[in-house]
Amino acid sequence: MTEEFEDDIVLSELSDDELVPQMHDDLYDGLKEEIEEGVNILLERGWAPYDILTKALVEGMRIVGIDFRDGILFVPEVLLAANAMKSGMKILKPLLAETGAPRMGKMVIGTVKGDIHDIGKNLVSMMMEGAGFEVVDLGINNPVENYISAIEEENPDILGMSALLTTTMPYMKVVIDRLIELGWRDDYVVLVGGAPLNEEFSKAIGADAYCRDAAVAVETAKDFMARKHNVLAARN
Amino acid sequence: MMTHLKSSKESILLIACGALAKEILELIKINSWDHLELICLPAQLHLTPQKIPDAVRKAVINNKDRFSKIFVLYADCGTGGMLQKTCAKLRVEMLSGPHCYSFYDGNDRFSERGDEEMTSFYLTDFLVRQFDSFVWKPLGLNKHPELRDLYFGNYEQLVYLAQTDDEELDSLAESQARRLKLSYIRRFTGYGDLKTELTDLVGQSRAV
Repeated sequence: MTEEFEDDIVLSELSDDELVPQMHDDLYDGLKEEIEEGVNILLERGWAPYDILTKALVEGMRIVGIDFRDGILFVPEVLLAANAMKSGMKILKPLLAETGAPRMGKMVIGTVKGDIHDIGKNLVSMMMEGAGFEVVDLGINNPVENYISAIEEENPDILGMSALLTTTMPYMKVVIDRLIELGWRDDYVVLVGGAPLNEEFSKAIGADAYCRDAAVAVETAKDFMARKHNVLAARN
Repeated sequence: MMTHLKSSKESILLIACGALAKEILELIKINSWDHLELICLPAQLHLTPQKIPDAVRKAVINNKDRFSKIFVLYADCGTGGMLQKTCAKLRVEMLSGPHCYSFYDGNDRFSERGDEEMTSFYLTDFLVRQFDSFVWKPLGLNKHPELRDLYFGNYEQLVYLAQTDDEELDSLAESQARRLKLSYIRRFTGYGDLKTELTDLVGQSRAV
């Protein structure tokens, strides 16, 4: 019994400096309820929702991403961590809108026609939202028309396409070719990702970048947005 | 990897995915293709398909001087065209098609199905036998069954592409469909294009 008490960590009794790293650990372990509790504690302590998002959740997920890339964590653990982060974000999302968190840009994302796989795409969407992007998720099995109408309606900065199958990944070129036909290609950054893709394929189909995982997608998107702002600033 | 090969300049070496071993050995046996030798790479490579091209490259290089010809019994298998490129560089041929589901079904037939079976999850004889090792455990469903919806939420049916008529495997596959909460279809394919391509390979070698 004594040992159990010693092992139990009471989140509310931790200082901020202890709680945030503890939340990173809880996220790593996919502990959804602990993450919700941690978020609520920090809110009660007067933390800005944006700070909780970036310092506790996004940073925790960044560590998960590194260990996934290094082969320490595998897909199931990443999904559990993502689920925990998602539940924390659910609490923060309405508050972020109210408190005017910084907006990095807007992305339309979807899995291509013929493909129903969305795990990677959903991770990218969540991490992009965490990084301050507005994300319009088109879901799975999207024909070119879906991408085009979403671009018309949403006027995003970035178009993201995902595919898990060797048989469906060539469809990304169909979408890019349509953008070229419409004369829109240079107006949008096109990022592609999915297990069978690689840098060479991304170049061959005329995308701007291949993103091997969600963390890379976020960094690449931020990089393109910074370049865009620099170009606009130079024009003015 | 299987060893103790009878290397000979008259023999053809097959470098295959371990998931095809039983079927290839059966084809060699029933057709008396005694001049075909087989080595298999671990089927687990499918869990990290990006590692397949390099594993195949090493196996080809280690054996290319010992056989009259090497044939790679892998389809693209999620390598996004990288295995095809590797084989082209090494000047060895490989199986056509995107994956074993396709060549067992017959690549033309599988391709004609197009998006019709987009929501189907496929199993072969091998995967039915090895379901826990290759599907259930690597996806973490043994410890976290709640992840089922994330992995399989967009799927509707499990299609068992059967290489053999085996009631036990049929019943096992059906129970696996139930575990994944998918409807179940069994489709007998036999060895499909695996048999066709091996028959062509043997025919070409005898014609030379």
